Amino acid sequence: MTDFIISGPEFADGTRRDLFISGGLLVDERPHGAETINADGLMALPGLVDLHTHLREPGREDAETVESGSLAAARGGFTCVHAMANTQPVTDTAENAEHIADLGRAAGHVQVVPIGAITKGLAGRELAELGLMHQSRAGVRVFSDDGMCVMDSALMRRAFEWVKPFDGVLAQHAQDAGLAGPGACCHEGELSGRLGLAGWPPVAESVIIARDAQLAEATRSRLHVCHVTTAEGVDVIRWAKTRGINVTAEATPHHLYLTTSEVIGYDTVYKVNPPLRTDEHVEAIRAALADGTIDIVGTDHAPHAPQDKDHAFADARPGMLGLEQALSVVMETMLSTGRLDWAGVVDRMSAAPARIGRTTGQGRPLAVGEPANLVLVDPARRAAVDRNASASLSRNNPYHGRDLPDPVELTMWRGRVTHRR
Amino acid sequence: MPSSQAPGAAQPKSTPERDVTPRAEASTDVKSVMSASEIARAVTRMSHELLELAGGAEDLVILGILTRGVPLAQRIAGAVSDTEGVEVASGELDITMYRDDLRSQPLRPVGRTVLPGSIDNKTIVPVDDVLFSGRTIQASLLALADLGRPANILLVVLVDRGHRELPIQAHIVGRSLPTARNEQVRVSMTELDGVDEVTIESETSTL
Amino acid sequence: MKHLLGIEGMTFDDIQAILATAEEMHEVQQRPIKKLPTLRGRTVVNLFFEDSTRTRSSFELAAKWLSADAINVAAKGSSASKGESMRDTLTTLDAMGIDAIVMRHAGSGSVAQAAGWVKASMINAGDGTHEHPTQALLDAHAMLRNFRANDLGTLEGKEVVIVGDLLHSRVVRSNALLLPQLGAHVTLVAPPTLLPPGVGAWNVDVSHDLDAVLPGADVVMMLRVQRERMLGGFFPSEREYTIRYGLTAQRLQKLKPHAVIAHPGPLNRGLEISSAAADSARSIVLDQVSAGVAVRMSVLYHLLAA
Repeated sequence: MTDFIISGPEFADGTRRDLFISGGLLVDERPHGAETINADGLMALPGLVDLHTHLREPGREDAETVESGSLAAARGGFTCVHAMANTQPVTDTAENAEHIADLGRAAGHVQVVPIGAITKGLAGRELAELGLMHQSRAGVRVFSDDGMCVMDSALMRRAFEWVKPFDGVLAQHAQDAGLAGPGACCHEGELSGRLGLAGWPPVAESVIIARDAQLAEATRSRLHVCHVTTAEGVDVIRWAKTRGINVTAEATPHHLYLTTSEVIGYDTVYKVNPPLRTDEHVEAIRAALADGTIDIVGTDHAPHAPQDKDHAFADARPGMLGLEQALSVVMETMLSTGRLDWAGVVDRMSAAPARIGRTTGQGRPLAVGEPANLVLVDPARRAAVDRNASASLSRNNPYHGRDLPDPVELTMWRGRVTHRR
Repeated sequence: MPSSQAPGAAQPKSTPERDVTPRAEASTDVKSVMSASEIARAVTRMSHELLELAGGAEDLVILGILTRGVPLAQRIAGAVSDTEGVEVASGELDITMYRDDLRSQPLRPVGRTVLPGSIDNKTIVPVDDVLFSGRTIQASLLALADLGRPANILLVVLVDRGHRELPIQAHIVGRSLPTARNEQVRVSMTELDGVDEVTIESETSTL
Repeated sequence: MKHLLGIEGMTFDDIQAILATAEEMHEVQQRPIKKLPTLRGRTVVNLFFEDSTRTRSSFELAAKWLSADAINVAAKGSSASKGESMRDTLTTLDAMGIDAIVMRHAGSGSVAQAAGWVKASMINAGDGTHEHPTQALLDAHAMLRNFRANDLGTLEGKEVVIVGDLLHSRVVRSNALLLPQLGAHVTLVAPPTLLPPGVGAWNVDVSHDLDAVLPGADVVMMLRVQRERMLGGFFPSEREYTIRYGLTAQRLQKLKPHAVIAHPGPLNRGLEISSAAADSARSIVLDQVSAGVAVRMSVLYHLLAA
């Protein structure tokens, strides 16, 4: 295994020193016969960790595989992704979870941690084998029916109780099925009324967050709220945290950057669930990410093949790509606007996601003895996004053609270079 | 009547003050070929010819082809009615939907066909200002065929300028005008244009 | 004009031109030989993902009376990743070399999406809950003809009241965009559960009190209410809806002498509109139907003749 010297990078705390990598770890002695990487003008950050990725394998390998998705992740500066359970078949057994972990290992670009379903088949009726998935080789800690919301309050309570002994966390896709049914596809408001698209009101998100937060409190278990998109949702999370409830929350890059007005023209690349919202909600999400009410950025990377998107807006599958532009968008919306500094970016995109997922070896500081999971970043470089220059098998990229930061120079996972520009 | 065609071949009808500095330019040469009084005389003669050809005003329906055929038709119908002492049936025929050149022209607004009654078994007299390629008349024949079955159709035009592209002939002509293809014959009617006049316009280049 | 996607996107001149031509098309409907050669050789496809005998036959007649070739394709609405994508359906048809596609689909915006995929002209015959532009044009046309026949002038200054399930209606959206441009004032009446979000920003007034609004109306347009909406909690019972928002026989008494009743059809007799109202002399429902063919002939002419 090659040793590396990374010379002259700047760190998130503003200091500058060389990094030495040997045997997959950061070491304090300059290794001999090492490859030197000139990092002058670059920053060295801990490898990014995504708590919310959709790798479509098994089932929809035409849209994405574990191989292509994890390569896209490496290009985005990630060293770890957590793969959501809504595959075909659903990841609701130990065997299915282990299979995905094995695929990730074989691909070898990032650490792939499977997320287990909360309910069997995501049907919302019976608990999946949460404990067995946890004790399997896959070591599942995060459970989610993402794509679907667990509507049954009693079932949700049992799930909180079941995972508590092994410190599991339930990640909820907060969408009340009555208030925002399967047809809801556009932020409910003046635009949805004008365009004739079924509305998805903010209250459909906040009522579920409120319910789950109180269930988490009552069971003293852990709740994570996926893709928060509304000011109302943020308010509930803020309230829950002041009460000492063990709740964490995530925002996606697209909900930090894009608004519902992108939907004018009915381009299905902008169809996503939960939907893009208005400026006031985007502002609330940015403010919450800045002050830590929202703990992390989760990409909700959702690849789709053309036949999933080439339908009427209401019929198209929701979802956007996210892994390759996540850091770019966070830099554009949070860093350059002064709402987060680099230390904050590292926390939201690396340390905090790993902490929530209890993912050992990820999100660690760049210190001697830690695994060499890092990304070298050029803070000044920009480029127009080209959706065709992507490691993903899919092309549903909402940033195509936009001028954004283009920071990732090199990604390293366990001391191996997984991406180089 | 001189027709100017080749560049530099003819001088424009110039006023003494005209600038004759040599430079290439296009200008329009406008010649009046029928005055108001000549038109009036032609209308009178045409209405008499029509009565003679039709053998009377009974069963006549005089239809002006939109747009400039309409005032012309009204004058002819007026003249015929005066001569015969009976009100002759008249109306208007819009042929927009029957034109064969719709695809090559900007979209035209559709006008209104106004018929005084059924045209079956009548002598229909389409009236138009200028007969040129014959395509307008072809369109009017197609339109009439969809409206009924006339016993007879007698075509009346104020000006026949030649260059027919179809085997179509007017029965009654106000004035035959030999013209060049690239010339424009304009019929102005007081009801629409404020003056009665027929002019020929041609583009000349002077160098 | 290449496409007719909605009233939004039409200029005032476009609207006036189409209404003017529609007026001339009525003459064809009266003739024994209902044929104009104008669109001979053009091909028009009715691509209906949602069934509608009325609108589809109206477009088919309009095309045929203009001598165009018209065929009907009943497409299956396909949800994502089941069978042919909507794009494939459109591009396959387009590749046959047709001139216009008249499309109806349950997805709002679908016809606009299709316009970006094909070379043919797209005509919106109703997209989800978004627009139904030819319906609004024929509604306006029928109103104008009625006013003219009764010496009541034009739509300028007239009060048009639209009542019904407005949340799920594409007809109301198109009418709310068109009628103010023609000088009419529009008032929408519906229960709070059946109003579109953001309707306050539309160029209309909104009321929940039908009885207060009826005496001022020159046109009352009733829109259909589906019985199934009761199961979604949109109204508690049919009788409560009818008593509070229906055009009952008693409500007819409140109307101005020359006020007329319109309905795009199909009617739910006894629910949003009583039989007394539907069959009264004030009803212009059948005039709307004949207006429909004339307006659609006009639309086809404007899109395909030149």
